[in-house]
Amino acid sequence: MLETIWFALWGVLWAVYFMLDGFDLGAGALLPFLAKNEDEKRTIYHATGPFWDGNEVWLITAGGVTFAAFPLAYAVMFSSLYSALMLILFCLIIRGVAMEYRGKLEGHSWRDGWDWLLFISSALPALLFGVAFANIFQGIPIDIEHIYRGSLFTLLNPYGLLGGLLFLCLFLYHGALWLGIKAGGELKERAQRTAKILWVPLLILAVVFLVATWFATNLYANYLTYPVLWVLPALAVAGLLATRLFLQQGAAWKSWFASSAVVVGATLFGVAGLYPNLLPSSIDPKASLTVVNAASSPLTLKIMLGVALVMVPVVIAYQVWVYHLFRHEVTPDDLAYEEGY
Amino acid sequence: MEVLILSRLQFAAATFFHFLFVPLTLGLSILVAIMETKWVRSGDEEYKRMAKFWGKLFLINFGLGLVTGITLEFQFGTNWSRYSAYVGDIFGSLLAIEATAAFFLESTFIAVWIFGWERISPKLHCVAIWLVAFAGTLSAYWILAANAWMQHPVGYVMRNGRAELANFFDVITQRFAVIEFVHTVSGAYILAGFFVMGISAYHLLRKREVSFFTKSFRIALVFALVFSLFEVVQGHFNGGEVAEAQPSKLAAMESHWKTQKMAPMYLLQVPNLSGDGNLIEWIPIPGALSILAYGDPHAEVKGLSDFKPEDRPPVFLTFISFRIMVGLGMLFVLLTVWGFLIRKKLLDNPKYLRIMMLAIPLPYIANEAGWMVAEVGRQPWIVWGLMRTSDAVSPVDPTQVAVSLIAFILFYGLLGVVAFWLMARFAKKGPEPLPAAQG
Repeated sequence: MLETIWFALWGVLWAVYFMLDGFDLGAGALLPFLAKNEDEKRTIYHATGPFWDGNEVWLITAGGVTFAAFPLAYAVMFSSLYSALMLILFCLIIRGVAMEYRGKLEGHSWRDGWDWLLFISSALPALLFGVAFANIFQGIPIDIEHIYRGSLFTLLNPYGLLGGLLFLCLFLYHGALWLGIKAGGELKERAQRTAKILWVPLLILAVVFLVATWFATNLYANYLTYPVLWVLPALAVAGLLATRLFLQQGAAWKSWFASSAVVVGATLFGVAGLYPNLLPSSIDPKASLTVVNAASSPLTLKIMLGVALVMVPVVIAYQVWVYHLFRHEVTPDDLAYEEGY
Repeated sequence: MEVLILSRLQFAAATFFHFLFVPLTLGLSILVAIMETKWVRSGDEEYKRMAKFWGKLFLINFGLGLVTGITLEFQFGTNWSRYSAYVGDIFGSLLAIEATAAFFLESTFIAVWIFGWERISPKLHCVAIWLVAFAGTLSAYWILAANAWMQHPVGYVMRNGRAELANFFDVITQRFAVIEFVHTVSGAYILAGFFVMGISAYHLLRKREVSFFTKSFRIALVFALVFSLFEVVQGHFNGGEVAEAQPSKLAAMESHWKTQKMAPMYLLQVPNLSGDGNLIEWIPIPGALSILAYGDPHAEVKGLSDFKPEDRPPVFLTFISFRIMVGLGMLFVLLTVWGFLIRKKLLDNPKYLRIMMLAIPLPYIANEAGWMVAEVGRQPWIVWGLMRTSDAVSPVDPTQVAVSLIAFILFYGLLGVVAFWLMARFAKKGPEPLPAAQG
C-alpha cells in the first residue's frame, strides 16, 4: 500500500516538474525564433527569471524521491541512462548560468553567446527527458543482475525518439503560451501565433505516440484491467483540445492551464500504465524493477510520507504566492529596473 | 577498477567545485540579510546600497552553487549505483527531505529577493533574504546529517541485504551530525566574512566609498571574529569525536604509526609519500596526541601499524590537509583579533588592509582542506565500517565515465574562470553610485 502511494506521488512529482519546468525550457528553446531585438530577448529572460529556479527544485525532489522511496530503481535507472543524464545535467548547469550571467555584462558577443547556450540547453533536455521516459515506458535492456546491456544509442530507438519529439513539441507549445501571457506587444502576438502553429504538429505527435504506445509498450494492459484509468489520457486529450479553443478566444491563462493539463495528463498516462513497474526490463521480465522489489523499508516510506504531507502543501502555497506576485506582463519598467537579468 | 578511479576523480572534482560556491552562499546570505535589516530598521539608504552591492556578488556565486549541487545528487545514481541501492533507504531520504524542506524555500525566495525590490514592502523583501539564509543553513544540516551518516552510521539495521532505517531520530540528531554541521557552517561563515573584508580592504586602500566599506568591513569583521574563535575551540572537540569513531582517520591525520600511551606529537613531522611511515619526526612532545584525542595524556592512541594496509586511508593527503586546515584556522583568529583591535582606525593600517585583501583565498583553501580530511580520511570506506568505496561503484562502461570526467573538468574549469572573473569585476567596480539627489 505504502509503495503504491509513493509510486503515485513519484508520478505526480515528475508530472509537476514537467508542467513547471516545461514552460521555461520551452521559452528558452524559442528564444532565437521569437525575439527580434534585445528588449524582446530580455523580456523572455524576465518572463522565466523568477520561476525557473523554483521549478527546477521539483526535478531535484523527483530525483530525491526516486532515490529515497525506490533506491534500487534510482540506482539502476540513473546508471543505465548514464550518458543521457549527464547531457541533461550539463544542459541544466549551462541554463542556470546563462540565466544568471547573461545580463551581467553588456557586450554583443557575451549576450549572443549566452543566448545560444540557453537555446541548446533548453531544447536538449526537453528532447532527452522525452527519450528517457519513452524508453522507461518501453523497457530497457537490463539483465537479472540489474546491469544495463545497451548504450546511449540503444535509447535512440524510434519510440524513444518519438517520445523526445513529443516532449520537445509539448514544451515549446507550453513555453509559447507562457510568453503569450508574460510578454507584451508584438512579442506576445508572435508567441501566440507560434503556439497556434505548434499545436498542429503537437496534435499529430500526440496521436502517433498514443498509437505507437500500443505497439511498442505494455502500458495499455493496466487500462484494459482498470478502465477508470482512462481518465488520465482523457485529461490530456481534453486539455489538448481545450487549449486550442482558449487560444482562439484569446484566453491566455486558460489556454496555459489547459496545456498544463496536457503535460500532467500525458505524464500520468505513462506512469499509470507502468505500474507496478518503475523500470521494466526489455530482455527479462524478472529483472524489471517494481514498486515491490525496489522500495525502501516501510519505516522510511512512512516518515517520508509524513514529511511530504506537511511540507509539499507549504511549498505549493508559497510557490503559488510567488507566481501570483510575478504574474504581470513584463513591461519596459521591469526591464529598466532590473537586477542583472 | 578503472571505473572506480574515474568515478572517484569525478566525484572529487564535482564536490570540490561545488564547495567553491556553497560556503559563500551560506555566509554571505546572512551578511546581506543583516545589512538589509539595518536598512529597514534605520532607513539609512547606505545599507540598502550595501545589500544590493554584496547581494550582486552573492547572486553570481549562488547560481553556480545551486546548479553544481544537482550534479552531486545525480552522481550517486549514475556513478555510485551500488551505494545508492545499499543505503538509499536512509541516505536518499535525507536528500529528499532536504529538497522538500529547505531547497524549495531557498530557490523560491531568492527569486522574490531578486525581482521583488519594487513589488513588495521593504519588510517583506527583507524577510525574503532571511528565508534564503535560513533555508541555506537548514539545507546544510540535512546534507551534513547525510554525510555524517557515511562517517558514523547509526540508527540502521542490516536487512534485505542493505542498510535499512531503524531510528530516524538517531540518524538526524547524532552527535556526529551536529558537530559536522556546526564545524562546516562556521567555516563557511568565516569564508564569507573574509570575502567581505578583503573586498572592502581593496576599496579602503584606494580611499573609495570609505563610509560604505568601513561599515561593511566592521559587520564582516565581527561575524568572522566570532566564528573564527568558535571554530578553533569547537574543532578541538571534533578531534575527540574522530578519535573515538574513526581511529584510523585520526591516526592518518597525525601520521601516527605506533599504538601507545602518552602518544606524542612532533614539532616537525613529515610522512613519507609511500604512506608507510614518517620521513622526519623531530622534537616529540610526549602525551600531546593523547591529550588532543582523549583529553588525557595517558590515553592509548591506536597507530596506523595496527590497521591492515587495506584499511588505512591515504596518509599523506589526510595529514597535509589537516595541517593546512588547522594552521589557517589559527591564522584566521589572529587576523580577526588584530582587526578587532584596530577596527576604529582601519584607514591608518594599510598593511593590515593589504593582508586582508590577499587573505581572500585562504578560507577557501581551509574549507576544501577540511573536506579532504573528512572524505579522504574516511577511505577506504564509503560508509564507515559498512561498505567499501570499491564496492559502491556503478557497473557502467568506463568510456562513458572517462568522457564525462573530461567534460566535467573542462566545463567546470571554464565556468569557474567565468564566475570568479565576473565576481572580481563587480567587486572591483564597487557599488552603484547614489542616484542624484532629487528636487
